[in-house]
Formats: sequence, structure tokens, C-alpha cells
Amino acid sequence: MKYAYFPGCVISQRENPFELSARKVISKLGIELVDLEGASCCGFLLGAIDHLSSTVMAARNLALAEEKGLDMLTLCPACSGHFIRVKTELQKDPKLLSEVNKVLGEVNRRYKGSSEVKHITRVLTDDVGVEKLKETVTNPLKQLKVAPHWGCHVVKPSEEILFDSPENTKLLNTLIESTGAETVNYLEKNTCCGAPIMGVDEKLAIRIVREKLKSMAENSADLIVTVCPFCHIHYDLFRGRIEEQYSENYEMPVLHYTQLLGLAQGFDPDELGLYENRVPVDDILEKM
Amino acid sequence: MSDDQESVIQIDDLESEFTEKVVNAGAEKLNYCFQCGVCSGSCPITRFNESFNPRRIMISTALGLPERVLQGNTIWLCATCYSCQERCPRDVQPADVIKAIRNQAVRTGITNPYFQTISATIVKEGRLFNEEEAEFFNEIRADMGLPPIPSLDLGEVSKIFQHTNVKKLLTTMTEEAESKT
Repeated sequence: MKYAYFPGCVISQRENPFELSARKVISKLGIELVDLEGASCCGFLLGAIDHLSSTVMAARNLALAEEKGLDMLTLCPACSGHFIRVKTELQKDPKLLSEVNKVLGEVNRRYKGSSEVKHITRVLTDDVGVEKLKETVTNPLKQLKVAPHWGCHVVKPSEEILFDSPENTKLLNTLIESTGAETVNYLEKNTCCGAPIMGVDEKLAIRIVREKLKSMAENSADLIVTVCPFCHIHYDLFRGRIEEQYSENYEMPVLHYTQLLGLAQGFDPDELGLYENRVPVDDILEKM
Repeated sequence: MSDDQESVIQIDDLESEFTEKVVNAGAEKLNYCFQCGVCSGSCPITRFNESFNPRRIMISTALGLPERVLQGNTIWLCATCYSCQERCPRDVQPADVIKAIRNQAVRTGITNPYFQTISATIVKEGRLFNEEEAEFFNEIRADMGLPPIPSLDLGEVSKIFQHTNVKKLLTTMTEEAESKT
């Protein structure tokens, strides 16, 4: 299996351990990544001010993968979600498609729609398969109780994303349980973490994630597992701000799913960038 | 004036042009809304801040009451989590309506500092960081054994944004923001 790897700004900027651990775990699953030279921002955030620019940016990145004749793999669900939505819209709207290709023509590129886009969790469940994933587990994490956090754009809007069930998410639980760990259910499981409004209303963004942390702690989670770099930052980098705003203490570390899987595959914490996580991971490493 | 009087809408107050512009900017299904409130009931923002209320944003936009929609930082509070979009029984796609309102708002000089800054960076640098920062991130990546961030031809990015007219839009946004301070 070979994919064009779309890096995404947030990973390169702040969450390199996600990429590091992803590259480690997929090497054990027979997946090869081809770096996508010329990749830019996916275009999602630009949609707030200009739909056309946001669409053209996505189409240009997709065209890069098409030029390589490969499907695209992303680690960031905002990127994959945006690409999938743009693909759907361009398929339905020939006028927009021709407008997009007119702009791309100015830089000698063309969007055809021939490459599929998959978030890593979808590659793991659909292309690799859970059974094959389990075969690579040499160190089952039986002692760990994990609170899963999907990240909205992995599953929504479901009409276009067509993955898992947003009202009753199951697949991240399946992926976590494949490592031997236990998942905990919690009231706030399917809600947004609040990260996207951090730049608009920080207090409110923190209020939202605190509710999630509280609900996870009440259900005795040892750790949180995320699959979105943006959600990860909100739980991890901003933990101090949450604790300060509410005079509460939450010790649960946050792992990228690929870090959890890597531990189960027998990689050293260092090889997975675990010591780069801001909330200390020592307690869970001891527990293993 | 009492609260009751304030809530009375005069027919002359309705600006159908605003509704039309938002609908044309991608809110085609706005008029399907029958005000059930499932969007607001599902919204993680409304839950803690009632001033952000998708149901009200839908009706105020459909009626043509821009001042009710565009006041304060309301429209910028949507987290784009798509919970409303997922559950809307009329397929209004409220998150996309709010995006269309934002696209329309920035064309009338209404913006938000956070979105203004990140948009300007993306248009100038093609990503959320500049080339100097990319070099710094690449040092960290090299220490981890990761390949460098893919190189990006900024000339190509610049040409694209010239043709989508977003550069001109950003200049207008910046001028408007400066004239207001």
C-alpha cells in the first residue's frame, strides 16, 4: 500500500510526534508514504473568508497527489475532511470545477478528481484491517483505560465523510481495543473539544474542553487518545490553562493514537516522541 | 423602549439584499429552515454561550436582519464541528450557512482579528507559517529523524491567489480594520 502523505500545517508546526509515531507504526503494516513536494495549507481555514480560494487550494493539493497517481493519506482530520468535501462539491458543481481549473491552469495544474483521500484511521480500519493490525501487537496494553476522542472532522458531516457513525462512534474504540487497552465510555464522548474557537474566545474554548476532561476523569480514564493534532493541542498544550481557569487538576496524559499503537507494537517511548507530549506520560508507562 | 417594542421587526427593517448575498455565497438551503432549534440544541457553543444561537442566526439571515447576525463576534464563534449539519432535519446545513455569512461579512468590512491574521498568513506564505519558521521546524524534525517539510513554490501560491482575488479582499479587509481603530 502506497499513499501520498499530506503533512498539514499543525503537525509540522507543533505536533511532529504524531507524524513520527505514524511513520513508525505504519512501517510495520506494509504502508509506504511518498512525500508530497509542493504541498501547501489544505485551505480549510481560508474558507472563512473566501470559499473559492479555499476550494482552489484544496484542489491544487489534490492535483499534486493525482500527478503521482496516488491516493492521499492525512493525519489531520480537518485537512482530510476539507479535501473530501471539496471533492464532493467539485463532482456536483461543474461550474465551480471549471472555475477552479481555470485558476489552476494559470500555474499549469489541473484537478481531475482521481485520487481518494483518507485519514490515517480510515487507512487502518479499511485498508489495513483490524485483524492485521492486531497481528503487529507484541506488547498488549491490558492495564490501560483509555478515553477516546474522535475529533469532529473524522466523522462529520457523515453524508459526505461516510465513515463510522457520528452519533454512536465505534471505530476509534475498536482501534484502541486492538492494542489490548480498555476503552472507557463517558458522557461527553461525541462532543467537540472547543479548540477551533481558541483564537476567538479562549475562556469559552477552555470551558468546553474542561467539561470533556471532567467527564473522562469521572469515568476513571488513565489517558486520552486523539487522532487530530488540533484536538491534541487543546487537551495537551493548554492543560495548564484549563487547570488555572478552574483550579482543578487533571493528570491524564494525551496520546496520539499512533503513539498508543506504537507502544503496543513494542517501540520505545522515545522512538514515538512520547517525551515531547506536554502532560507527562510517566504514570502510564509505569502502569504498562 | 421596552423589550417587547425592541423585538418588534418593522417590514422596512428587512434587507433582502443581505439574504440574497448569503444565499448566493453558498447558503442555498437557508429557506428550508422551519426553526425547530435542533441546531442550537446540538451546538457545543450555544450550550455555554447563549449569544451564539444558530437557530436565531438562520431566521435573522433568512429575514434579512444583518445587524442581528453580524453584531459582536457572534458569527466567528462557530467551531465548525458540524453537529448542527449532522442533525438538521431540513438539511439547511447551518455550519455552511454560517460560513457563507462570514464570506459575506468580510466583503462589507466586518472581520475578526484571528481569522484576519491566519488568512493573511495563508495567502502570503501558503501555509500557517513562513519560510524562516519552516527552517526552524525542520531543525526539530531533523533531530527526530523526520524528513523536512515539503518545499513550496511561493510564486505559484501568489499567482493562484491573484486569480481568486483574495489578495484584493485581504487588502480591503485590512484597510477597513485600520479605519475602524
